[in-house]
Amino acid sequence: MDLLRLATAGSVDDGKSTLIGRLLYDAKAILADQLEHVEEVSRRRGSDVPDLALLTDGLRAEREQGITIDVAYRYFATPSRKFILADTPGHVQYTRNMVTGASTADLAIVLVDARHGVVEQTRRHAFLAALLGIRHVVLAVNKMDLVDWKPETFDAIVADFGAVTARLGMTDVTAIPMSALLGDNVVERSVNLPWYDGPALLEHLEGVEVCQDAELDGARFPVQYVIRDPATDYRGYAGQVAGGVLRVGDEVSVLPGGRTTTVAGIDVFEGELVAAPAGLSVTVRLADDIDVARGDLLVAGAPVVATRELEAEICWMAEAPLRTGGRYALKHTTSTVRAVVDGVFDRLDVATLAAVPGPAAALALNDIARVRLRVSRELAVDPYAVNRATGAFILVDEASNETVGAGMVLAPAA
Amino acid sequence: MTGTVVRKLTHLQALESEAIHVMREVAAELERPVLLFSGGKDSIVLLRLAEKAFRPARFPFPLMHVDTGHNFPEVIEYRDRRVAELSERLVVASVQESIDSGRVVEESGPRASRNRLQTTTLLDAIEEHGFDAAFGGARRDEERARAKERIMSFRDDFGTWDPRRQRPELWNLYNGRIRRGEHVRVFPLSNWTELDVWQYIAEERLEVPNIYFAHEREVFRRDGMLYATSDHVELMDGEEPFTASVRYRTVGDMSCTGAVESGAADLETVVDEIAATRITERGETRADDRVSEAAMEDRKVAGYF
Repeated sequence: MDLLRLATAGSVDDGKSTLIGRLLYDAKAILADQLEHVEEVSRRRGSDVPDLALLTDGLRAEREQGITIDVAYRYFATPSRKFILADTPGHVQYTRNMVTGASTADLAIVLVDARHGVVEQTRRHAFLAALLGIRHVVLAVNKMDLVDWKPETFDAIVADFGAVTARLGMTDVTAIPMSALLGDNVVERSVNLPWYDGPALLEHLEGVEVCQDAELDGARFPVQYVIRDPATDYRGYAGQVAGGVLRVGDEVSVLPGGRTTTVAGIDVFEGELVAAPAGLSVTVRLADDIDVARGDLLVAGAPVVATRELEAEICWMAEAPLRTGGRYALKHTTSTVRAVVDGVFDRLDVATLAAVPGPAAALALNDIARVRLRVSRELAVDPYAVNRATGAFILVDEASNETVGAGMVLAPAA
Repeated sequence: MTGTVVRKLTHLQALESEAIHVMREVAAELERPVLLFSGGKDSIVLLRLAEKAFRPARFPFPLMHVDTGHNFPEVIEYRDRRVAELSERLVVASVQESIDSGRVVEESGPRASRNRLQTTTLLDAIEEHGFDAAFGGARRDEERARAKERIMSFRDDFGTWDPRRQRPELWNLYNGRIRRGEHVRVFPLSNWTELDVWQYIAEERLEVPNIYFAHEREVFRRDGMLYATSDHVELMDGEEPFTASVRYRTVGDMSCTGAVESGAADLETVVDEIAATRITERGETRADDRVSEAAMEDRKVAGYF
């Protein structure tokens, strides 16, 4: 059984809560006491229908205001797969929460109301999925019952959305017509859509072949922690493989610096491995006694770029604006350095997705823009589009200690 | 496992690697972490993950138990044995001492519980020892307020959680920066479900306290739940003790943790039972969550686990 991480974005109006509620309920991930609780609270608020949003809107403030503010994580499983679903709010003022939920997802479900088709919000959600490097998208065309299950309506929406995703370079898009309210094509295939011969949503989620960055030719291993045991004279470099497959015998460069050595062994608690794929936490022994510390990156195969100047797309997450010349702590893999923002260009209007060209002096909360950064110590990076784990970073305000920005490395500055 | 090739991670491997990564980040970035160990199933898994994260070296942190004095004796016995096996250091923070020194006032009456009092004992111990990070076994599937909490969750210098001002948590890049007096709570099992925990315990062949398996016990019924009779619980009118085959799904205080009727006597049957259950573990066994719609959120804001 493997694990699929997915994200949904949308608002109550699109039927998002109904869809998630249906998915969880039909997958038996909502238990009797949770449902009773939802029914009771809904009744108290004068509704006969259980408000399934109450399942994921877990905070007092959300329940009082009837809106999703923060990301909620939900868990369900089928016999073949376990799912972690990041349920995020859909409105533009919560872009940073969507970015957070999408950062760990392999697949995104973009919801469309069949009556309204592709709207501004749809384009924004598709854009954020592409920005965060999500390779698999499901276009859930919901409320098909309200357009008389017409294939023409569905086809037109699929064509519109296809134009958006093509521009974003997204290749794996699966469109599914459904009615979350009636349960058509969520878990059970619909009898109302005889013209559709594809899978229901859950069937698709169970079967989708997740292509990960593990296919990187070579390996990336950020050194996280040095394990030393004086009693056994053991010295190993602990970390989580951040791309590709690391193998015993691999010649690796240690960045920054570029010294080379060989992987002498890969240890886990149970014993030794001959190879470790992306995502696995292991401890690596090296053949040579060289100076290696937390923040160093072991690289095998395809070379990374070691640089002190970065171009990146960033999503700004703080109330206080980002200003040109601003200084922040930057955390990339296990390495934390100082960064200064040299320039901001091409701010993106998140509502319309139109680029606002030219330099900007500042970025406000939820703004997305291309920036140039200088860092205090050389970083070994891959473009985010090539490998998420070695292309992502966060910016932290050193005065408030708040996480203020999410960054995705573009091609390194020349 | 020598010479093993891992190609694609199973769901338990993925969850395990994520949790190990979290533990190592904390060990690397914070100065004085502590791992909260109650002897319950989730913290038993945390201990195995700590072994996987740091062996052959010793853990770079001590373990701490917030002891209410109302624990199941089987669990305390298990706790001490497990700590001795691991040769790690255990700090015991005692709610009884908090009561004796006047830091908290014991509740009275048949529904008295020391559950809430633990928060003060925990925060006092964190301050006394200067801990700046505390690992806990809480999971997001347990409860709706927990579903919203970060893996690395900031606490201010009063130990409080502000659910509306949480730091964004992106990728696996955790921000553990704090000022003196503040700390972080860290939940490596955030993405695990109750079933994952049991499957992992079965796969790893971990020993758990025997009260997790079906046994005969004298119990009484209150608010639809079964509680063990003990010196810590006062019976109310009409509550008649009887003997039943029960097991525990969660391990907390004897005064607020209910048992479930069960015949599951080994790990395999417990896993089957959890896979088939239609009620959440806290809904079935914890009186402390039934106080109000946001009981957990309120306790967490005050600094609870």
